[in-house]
Amino acid sequence: MKSILRLTINGREREDLVPHNMLLVDYLRETTGLTGTKQGCDGGECGACTVLVDGQPLLSCITLAHKAEGRAIETVESLATKGRLSALQTAFNENLGTQCGFCTPGMIMASEALLRTNSDPNEDEIKKALEGNICRCTGYVKIIESVKSAAAQINQGAAA
Amino acid sequence: MTDISIPNKAAGARIPLIDGIEKVTGQAKYTADLDPTDALVGLIFRSPYAHGEIVTLDIEKARALPGVHAVITGEDCPAPFGILPIAENEYPLAKGKVRYRGDAVAAVAADTHEIAREALKLITLEVDEYPGYFTPDDARAPGTVDLHEKRTGNMERDVHHEFGNVEEGFAEADFIVEDTFHSEEVTHLHIEPHASLAEYDVERDKMTLQSVTQVPYYVHLMLSQTLGMDTSRIRVIKPFVGGGFGARTETLNFEIIACLLARSAGGKVKLTLTREETFLTNRGRPESDIKMKLGVKKDGSLTACSCEVVQKGGAYGGYGIITILYAGALLNALYTLPNVEYHGFRIYTNTPACGAMRGHGTVNARFAFESLLDRAAEGIGMDPMDIRAANYLGEPFETVSGFKGLTYGLPQCIDWAKEASGWADKFGKMEKGKGIGIACSHFVSGAGKPVHWTGEPHATINLKLDFDCGITILTGASDIGQGSSTIIAQTVAHVLGVDYGRLRVVANDSAITPKDNGSYSSRVTVMVGNAAMDAANNLKEILTEAAARKLGVTPSEVECLGEAYRVLGATQDPGIPFNDVVAEALVDTGTLTVKGTYTVPRDFQGTGKQRGAAVGSSPGYSYAATVVEVDVDEDTGVVTVEKVWVAHDCGFAINPLSVEGQVQGAVWMGLGQAISEETRYDNGLPMAANMLDYRVPTIVESPHIETKIIETIDPNGPFGAKEASEGALSSVPPAVANAVYDAIGIRFSQTPLTPDRVMDAMIKKEREDKRAASKKGAA
Repeated sequence: MKSILRLTINGREREDLVPHNMLLVDYLRETTGLTGTKQGCDGGECGACTVLVDGQPLLSCITLAHKAEGRAIETVESLATKGRLSALQTAFNENLGTQCGFCTPGMIMASEALLRTNSDPNEDEIKKALEGNICRCTGYVKIIESVKSAAAQINQGAAA
Repeated sequence: MTDISIPNKAAGARIPLIDGIEKVTGQAKYTADLDPTDALVGLIFRSPYAHGEIVTLDIEKARALPGVHAVITGEDCPAPFGILPIAENEYPLAKGKVRYRGDAVAAVAADTHEIAREALKLITLEVDEYPGYFTPDDARAPGTVDLHEKRTGNMERDVHHEFGNVEEGFAEADFIVEDTFHSEEVTHLHIEPHASLAEYDVERDKMTLQSVTQVPYYVHLMLSQTLGMDTSRIRVIKPFVGGGFGARTETLNFEIIACLLARSAGGKVKLTLTREETFLTNRGRPESDIKMKLGVKKDGSLTACSCEVVQKGGAYGGYGIITILYAGALLNALYTLPNVEYHGFRIYTNTPACGAMRGHGTVNARFAFESLLDRAAEGIGMDPMDIRAANYLGEPFETVSGFKGLTYGLPQCIDWAKEASGWADKFGKMEKGKGIGIACSHFVSGAGKPVHWTGEPHATINLKLDFDCGITILTGASDIGQGSSTIIAQTVAHVLGVDYGRLRVVANDSAITPKDNGSYSSRVTVMVGNAAMDAANNLKEILTEAAARKLGVTPSEVECLGEAYRVLGATQDPGIPFNDVVAEALVDTGTLTVKGTYTVPRDFQGTGKQRGAAVGSSPGYSYAATVVEVDVDEDTGVVTVEKVWVAHDCGFAINPLSVEGQVQGAVWMGLGQAISEETRYDNGLPMAANMLDYRVPTIVESPHIETKIIETIDPNGPFGAKEASEGALSSVPPAVANAVYDAIGIRFSQTPLTPDRVMDAMIKKEREDKRAASKKGAA
């Protein structure tokens, strides 16, 4: 069974004929070609597929695409503005919050959700927000530093 | 007027990864992200049996299913493969026999995933089952069926070395400590699951494979061998790779299967493995049983070490022989050790094959060694820091096994770790349930001898400089997230002094880039870095000669400012801009292509005194000292690592940010093995082939890791650099176990220290204490 799925992805409206059993991650990667969102596990284990749905972080590998009907999806591809990296992207790049990069899109989207609701998180709050995102490269030390650095950057911008 | 131009001092600069922007924007293309247009979907049919002879394998129904374009079996695989030329005993698809639950037996390529899955259901496999051997003891018992021909008793390899005289060494000892140790199997868990995209050009008989490998060159060789195609007809490309940690340092069956399917179907096949299949492909660190004995004098100096290691190798050879050799080899080169005896046994079992994993072969043996050293210190009443200091090697050193090293930063590592951790105020002085522990470790900076000895240099780099005045660095070195492309770019930028903007790195396309042995044994910074330095110096010479012509002086009178060249000493002269120097250099020759190479000096290639004893030789050894502080919950048995201090001697940090990242990652991976990770099987059936049951520490369970870089400037390394990504790992499990002893007074001889194991030990100790007390009372 297929039917039309209408939603907004990274600010653009879309309509696609989508099978009812298609997962959101497959829809994003295969139908829309947005391969920034990664799949690292067999379902809900690693957090690499995290996207924002109406601003909330969600695992797209255990979400049916049709569940996103009428909603606004944001993926890692949406964060840069006119080619300029977002504060989080800059911070992950400059602080080596990314090594192999495979968990990075999910890590950044989960961090993005955190910073939108709490622009000055402490270490425990950062850990709580990222507890479902596994990274095998960094030992998380520089990921925490990256999120802190981005928060500082955002707050500095807001104060100025 | 002052100097108008300062050359780019790129070596030692704390800069982001050269491909970091692609990673944070989602633009980086990993194998699974490659354009799937026209690609068929490949799937693998796997054995549900652990061990047996294939009686029937019926693929006809699957082949007849509409939408299926290829179904292949072991019959389509004429040649075996394996990373070691002396142990090629694996076929892409099982031939005649299945050897573990999950062994690849057949594969299909179909229009869609659904059709491919349907086709798998139509394949029938009948097997005449043999007993499954899931432990080394079972596999070695008399009367067992051999997994492989000519490997009687399932002995893949036994190794026996003695350097010095161990009997005399123990006779000199004032104190002897010995125990048996058991470490569970662990796996890499790179976040990117395995994937390959193979494209076969039928008309031209050419194959292109894009895959997740750390070793495109070895994959290329094995494709040629297993496909029966000349190497010139094959092209191997490595896209972005989401981690490896050793899992991808050998050709893996799915890479060949994708190509076989593509050839059979006459087109393009995408084979993406699930996480469960990625676990089954394995190549993790083998379960190990270790018997070790150390002798020390009253002053703490080691007199002898004897060690026996039994590794559960799994169903195929892979790197197994090297793993069992490394376990013995790197008993040497951390401390002065005059007498060493080693017996290693690598056993075939009916479980997914083990292989190389970060800290290759050394981690479990180091756990035993550093645990025993702690006990020896206690036995002779010495501080654990001091017993290590009593056994320092000198600079330069040569081990009894013949390994040579020019730099040795362990003393500086220990001094820092002791100071930073507040050791003197904590060791033996913390409240019950809290403790602190130290352990040390080391690793090679590349193997002195490559896997395939061809007589070529160990590394080659090409640089291309053309009319556009951009410098293209062509390298076969595999960046798998460790940052090798960044290090190579920094090296070239430093030697030439140019802006990073002029540089681009093109890596890992066998049609374009020079051969590289790959990213394993922490070889790239030293070997490829040295080759990059050589290439950049060769290019600089050409540019300097061109500048000399333009300036009307001799080359020795030219000063290179990176972005400009001028007469030496003419400090007020802005010089000739780089682009003008390039234009001059191109006159009469056109496009410049220069090469740089590196070969490990003969003295550092090992002695070969005893069979296999060259394994462990290296141009340089990294050193690390790790202190961990733990909390042990005496109600639940949960061990929490609260803080880690690690100092790592990497010779010179070409990129300190990158070194920190590598060291922290290594430490953290060691923590996982220490407290929670284990690849469990039940009669050969994987019990934790997913990322929830295979317990890697989450961010919540991960402590802060305070990291100190120690620089010893090794003459063999580029700018003095040694490796940074493996050396610290081995120190972590013993540091944790030693800290747990400090916390609760129980010695653990096993990893991981999971709550159930810790609880069992605490209950046992409580009983023993009570019994001892009541005996005392009765007496």
